[in-house]
Amino acid sequence: MKTNIQEIKDLSIGFKSQKGKQISILRNITTNIRKGETVGIVGESGSGKSTLALAMMGYIKHGLFTTGGECLFKSQNLLSLNNKELEDIRGRKIAMIPQNAGQALTPNLKIGYQIEEALRLHTDYSKTEREQKISELLNQVRLPSPKIMALRYPHELSGGQQQRVAVAMALAGNPELLLLDEPTTGLDVTTQAHVLELLKDIAKDTGTSMVYVSHDLGAIAQVCDRVIVMYAGEIVLEGPVRKILKEPIHPYTYGLLNSIPKLSLAGLPDSMPGSQPQPGNIENGCSFYDRCNFSNEKCKTQVPELEYLSEMDTSVRCFNHSEFISKTSEQKTKNHSQKEITIDEILDLKDVSISYAKQGIIDQFLNKVTDTNPTVKDINININKGETIALVGESGSGKSTILKSIAGLLKTKDGHIKFNKEKLLSSDLKKRNSDDLRSIQLIFQNPDESLNPNHTVEQILSQPLKLYFGLTGSKLKSSIAELLEKVRLGAFYMSRYPRQLSGGEKQRIAVARAFAARPDIILCDEVTSALDVSVQAAVLDLLQKLKEELGTTYVFVSHDLAVVKAISDRVAVLYQGRLCEIGPSKDVYQFPSHPYTEVLIGAVLEPDPDIKPKLVAEDIVEEKPPEIGCSFQGRCPRIIGDKCKNETPPWQFGDNGNAIRCHIDIEKLKIQQS
Amino acid sequence: MENSKNIFNEKPKSSLAKALDIISTMVSKPSGFIGLTILVFHISLALTSPWFAPYDYKAINPSLMLNAPSSEFWFGTDSLGRDVFTRTILGGRTALTITFFGSIIALLWGGLLGIFCGLVGGRIDDIVMRIVDAFLSIPWILAMLLIVSLLGTTTEVLIPALGFFYGKGIVRVARAATHDVIAKDFIVSAKARGHSNLSIIWNEILPNVRDAILVEGAMRWSWMLLGFSSLSFLGFGVSPPTPDWGLMISNARGLMSFAWWAVIAPIVGLSSLIIGINLTADAFAKALGIDRSTKAPV
Repeated sequence: MKTNIQEIKDLSIGFKSQKGKQISILRNITTNIRKGETVGIVGESGSGKSTLALAMMGYIKHGLFTTGGECLFKSQNLLSLNNKELEDIRGRKIAMIPQNAGQALTPNLKIGYQIEEALRLHTDYSKTEREQKISELLNQVRLPSPKIMALRYPHELSGGQQQRVAVAMALAGNPELLLLDEPTTGLDVTTQAHVLELLKDIAKDTGTSMVYVSHDLGAIAQVCDRVIVMYAGEIVLEGPVRKILKEPIHPYTYGLLNSIPKLSLAGLPDSMPGSQPQPGNIENGCSFYDRCNFSNEKCKTQVPELEYLSEMDTSVRCFNHSEFISKTSEQKTKNHSQKEITIDEILDLKDVSISYAKQGIIDQFLNKVTDTNPTVKDINININKGETIALVGESGSGKSTILKSIAGLLKTKDGHIKFNKEKLLSSDLKKRNSDDLRSIQLIFQNPDESLNPNHTVEQILSQPLKLYFGLTGSKLKSSIAELLEKVRLGAFYMSRYPRQLSGGEKQRIAVARAFAARPDIILCDEVTSALDVSVQAAVLDLLQKLKEELGTTYVFVSHDLAVVKAISDRVAVLYQGRLCEIGPSKDVYQFPSHPYTEVLIGAVLEPDPDIKPKLVAEDIVEEKPPEIGCSFQGRCPRIIGDKCKNETPPWQFGDNGNAIRCHIDIEKLKIQQS
Repeated sequence: MENSKNIFNEKPKSSLAKALDIISTMVSKPSGFIGLTILVFHISLALTSPWFAPYDYKAINPSLMLNAPSSEFWFGTDSLGRDVFTRTILGGRTALTITFFGSIIALLWGGLLGIFCGLVGGRIDDIVMRIVDAFLSIPWILAMLLIVSLLGTTTEVLIPALGFFYGKGIVRVARAATHDVIAKDFIVSAKARGHSNLSIIWNEILPNVRDAILVEGAMRWSWMLLGFSSLSFLGFGVSPPTPDWGLMISNARGLMSFAWWAVIAPIVGLSSLIIGINLTADAFAKALGIDRSTKAPV
């Protein structure tokens, strides 16, 4: 057995409320980090995972304090050390990699200087040795031409490169323990896969122990040896990654895994009822009692202890884990009957291009458009009544831009958008009539931002009802109650403010507001990205049910390919504002024909340690699309030469109704990929 | 966060209950308590002083010139033999009234114009803000002196003139506060639904910037008081014999070396009122949660 590098014993952290009550955020955490091991801490937001990770380096946020237990690093209790002693440990022995490297790096200092600073503080190297070490570190994190890279400023690097620099800085002090707080959450799928690959290799090469905090079980599955699952400030399950992800013996972990949409499964995932209790709001008994399908009387009154099962090398906090194992079976999914798409066009985007370039004053005067290389170009999409079409792509692919121009929030440069076959939608919001505005509604990514914090739910929902239907008095009230009913919330929510609602409830209100206008088309902009997995599944389920009930058409934008697969009928893949592939999602996912679709789908991380992502292309990020030729020429693994660089690829049509834009013959692509 | 359970059962409060909540938060800190006490004291003094002033404020008595404080004349007498105590407790009335209404005018035009500029942006915003900047670059005292010497020193001139000059700064604050919320999706959502600008200002923006503008207005009030007193000091505010702190300081400053009481009393009156307003405005901002540095973690 390997030696423990860190031992956490019965650690509790909490704060005092204004009324003087003591409220716990972490409760009786006991665990060990062994030498050379990578441990994943997973949980939904508010489960206390970040607080635990910070405590591991002896840091407790302002206002919080330890209420019991200790955190031993090589038999030194970090929580009782003073700042001077901690300085010797942080950076040298324990290093941290933050979530957003773009914000963690000082914007006005060069990369090389920032790494040198870390070396100067944490090592005893001389000046020349340090300079050599900078190159070595940048090499180690696989950044091209380290000498040039060291002279750059953070803003000159892409998100993935910034994250690599943060890794290099953390490695500078040659730490024995590396803490990573959601290190890949803000990155694109392909970049994420590459960074995880790098971290895995570093762990192997240097023998550093790593603690990986994430809500993303896909990422955890790729890098971790052992997983700790947290719920409401407690460890509920701990064990080897395979055991946890393949045979979860705690009902929460089981539910969590089932609520993740996966590429390997069709249809919508199961959702978990309820939400995680707030700190200080935990009753007697098991904290998961309210949401558990396998609970009994005992769970209500007694708190289960963390129990170690030696035959599985797993610790579990559940009274019924032995019975529970036998009850779990294959993952169920609610199969949303993927209807045959009937051709009944409701929205037609023809040759749409959108440019963010500002016109000069003379061009404006002459009414001349000068931008020859607009952000979004040549978009042709027909959307049929009652279907869900998804736009996917990495950040900067123009998917949200297209959505905004459909809503009239952004002017198109060329092309037109036709509604209901004959009606041309003006690209200027002010010129659209009330009925056009009513027919197209938006749902946003983050309900915290899309709901006015100073309005009650009633005020929020009355806005569209008053505007479009002129409802007042009791009629308005009954309509609001009806809407709340529709999104599975009670009428008593009317008097609440958004801050009194959970994330999922807020998003339901946003959904209700969109449906209040009785729209024909709803534009969904990353509607589940800000939500926890278990809540995400419920919101997707709600959207699907409402669609079946009311026959609404969805235009769904997401970077999460598994979510898109679960909900969409058709999918359009975008790269740098140009269409790459469009077709029925079933077929696009099964036989990704376009090289970019192949790259994108290959990089998706599944919550299964045995399914590895396929990394076929480099994760370089391009600043802007190429002026001529194929938009994907810079990264394409199957590039065939000058043709790709000079000619815009033609549309090719596959057997399954999908169309791709590529110079390579579609049949040839299929053979190459298999 | 701590009493989430209670939060979920919380009934929407009436505006009166909300106001009481804010006041009780304000007085829970010593600085807020002191500020509010001073302010309430000054306002009630201004409202009631004519009824208990011991002497006539304009009664001149050459035989009582520059008497030191005594049991008869608590704060002494000035160069014309008038009772300084009487004149001090009456001296804040004009200043408070004029600046109070002046601040309301400043708040209204500054706040609304700022929100409007923040919302529409673009060319209109550019032009309006450059005009505001141009006005900001004119020393206010010069401009005020010009207006006052052209139009006279009546209340009808002073209130709108002060309201205009102190509203310029509020335009900037209101515009900045609007910029904070303008990019939020609830505004985009209202735009996409097709609400009019007026409806967006009234329903979506105003509730979110109201607090910032109110706090700014309270600060402006104290500055306006200083400004008004400076005008009086220069002889362009209220006309004698009306008692006014600025005027009293101006009249007695030459005699400061041997009749200090005639200067000290109005100075204490003016500065305590300004400190009171400032402390209250600070506490008000904190009670509304605008000062984020003192917010609890989590």
